Amino acid sequence: MPFQVEHELHRRRFGRNLGLGLTLVGFVGIVFALTVVKVTRGDPMQGFDHVARPEMATTTTGANP
Amino acid sequence: MTDISSQGQTYDAGFGDYFALLKPRVMSLVVFTALVGLLVAPVGVHPVVGLTAILFIALGAGASGALNMWWDADIDAVMRRTQGRPVPAGRVQPGEALGLGLALSGIAVVMLALASNLVAAGLLAFTIFFYAVVYSMWLKRATPQNIVIGGAAGAFPPMIGWAVATGGVSVESALMFALIFMWTPPHFWALALFMKEDYHTAGVPMLTVTHGRKSTRLHILVYTILLVPVGLACALSGIGGPFTLAVALVLNLWFLVGALRIWRRDEAMAEADKYATEKSVFRFSLSYLFLHFTAFLVEAVLKSYGWGGW
Repeated sequence: MPFQVEHELHRRRFGRNLGLGLTLVGFVGIVFALTVVKVTRGDPMQGFDHVARPEMATTTTGANP
Repeated sequence: MTDISSQGQTYDAGFGDYFALLKPRVMSLVVFTALVGLLVAPVGVHPVVGLTAILFIALGAGASGALNMWWDADIDAVMRRTQGRPVPAGRVQPGEALGLGLALSGIAVVMLALASNLVAAGLLAFTIFFYAVVYSMWLKRATPQNIVIGGAAGAFPPMIGWAVATGGVSVESALMFALIFMWTPPHFWALALFMKEDYHTAGVPMLTVTHGRKSTRLHILVYTILLVPVGLACALSGIGGPFTLAVALVLNLWFLVGALRIWRRDEAMAEADKYATEKSVFRFSLSYLFLHFTAFLVEAVLKSYGWGGW
C-alpha cells in the first residue's frame, strides 16, 4: 500500500508527462525515419558538401571549366 | 483577480488541455485537404516524406489555433460555444498558450523545410502569420468581412501539400485554394444564421449583427454564385476530369439551390421550422468540400490506371 494516497492531480500530471514523453519519442522516430530516407536517396545532399565536386558542376550547370 | 489567477496556477493542465489548444477538428480538415493537394500533384513523394510533411502542416495549423486562443481568450470567455476552451476555462494560462503556439509554429516550419522544401515551409509560415495576425488580431474585431478574408488561412493547406510535392505553386493549387476560399463565407454564414451567438457582447462584428440577417442571406447567395465557377474550373483543370466534372456539376447545383432557398426565406419562416433549411445547407456545405476534394483524389487514382483526366 502506498504511503500517500494518490491525488487526482498526480494522475493528470502523470498523463501529461506520459503524453509529452510519447510525443518526444514520436518526434525522434520521425527525424530518424526522415534522415534514413534522405540519406538513402541522397542526391540533393551533395549540394551542401563543402568539398569542390567538378562532376556536380557538370551535371548542374553544364559548364565544366 | 488574485484569487482567480492563483487558482489557475494551482491547476495542472492535462495533456488533453494542451492538445485542445491545437483545435483538433480544424486540424482534421487541414490534414485531409493538404493530403489531397499532395497526392494529386503530378510529382510523386516518398511516403515517409509525405507523411512527415502532412504531420507538420497539421502541427503548424494547430500552432496557429493556439495563438488564436491566446489572443481571443477575452472573446471566448463571453461566448457560450467557446467558454469551455482551455484558456477561458482557466485550465491553461494565456502565456502557456502563447508559448506553445510560438514554439510549435517554429518547429512545424523548420521541420517542413527540412522534410520537403522552402516554398512549402514559407507558405506554412505565411498561413500561420495570416491566421494568427491578419485574421485574429487585425480583421476579426474590425470588419464584418473577417470571415471572407480570414478564410484564406484555411485555404492554404492544399496549396502547401502541392508545394511539398512540386516545390512550387501552379494554376491547379491556386484553384484548390480558391475553392476553399470561396466556400468559407457561405459555409460560415449559414452557421451564423442558426447559431445565435452573442457576437455583439463579444465585440465581434459578425455580418448577421452588423448588416442584419436578410443581408446575410443575400451574401450567402452571392458568394455561392461566385463559388460555382471556381468549382467547375477545378474540374476542368489539370487535377480534374470527366468524373470530377460530373461530381462538381451536381455539388454546385445542389449548393446553389440551397443558397437560393436560404435567400428566399425570412426570419419568421426560419423560426417556424427551427432553421431547418439553414441547418441542412450548412451540413451539405461540409459534404460539398469533402466530396470535391475526394473527387480530385479519385480522379488522380483513375488517371494512374489511364482512365481519368482530360
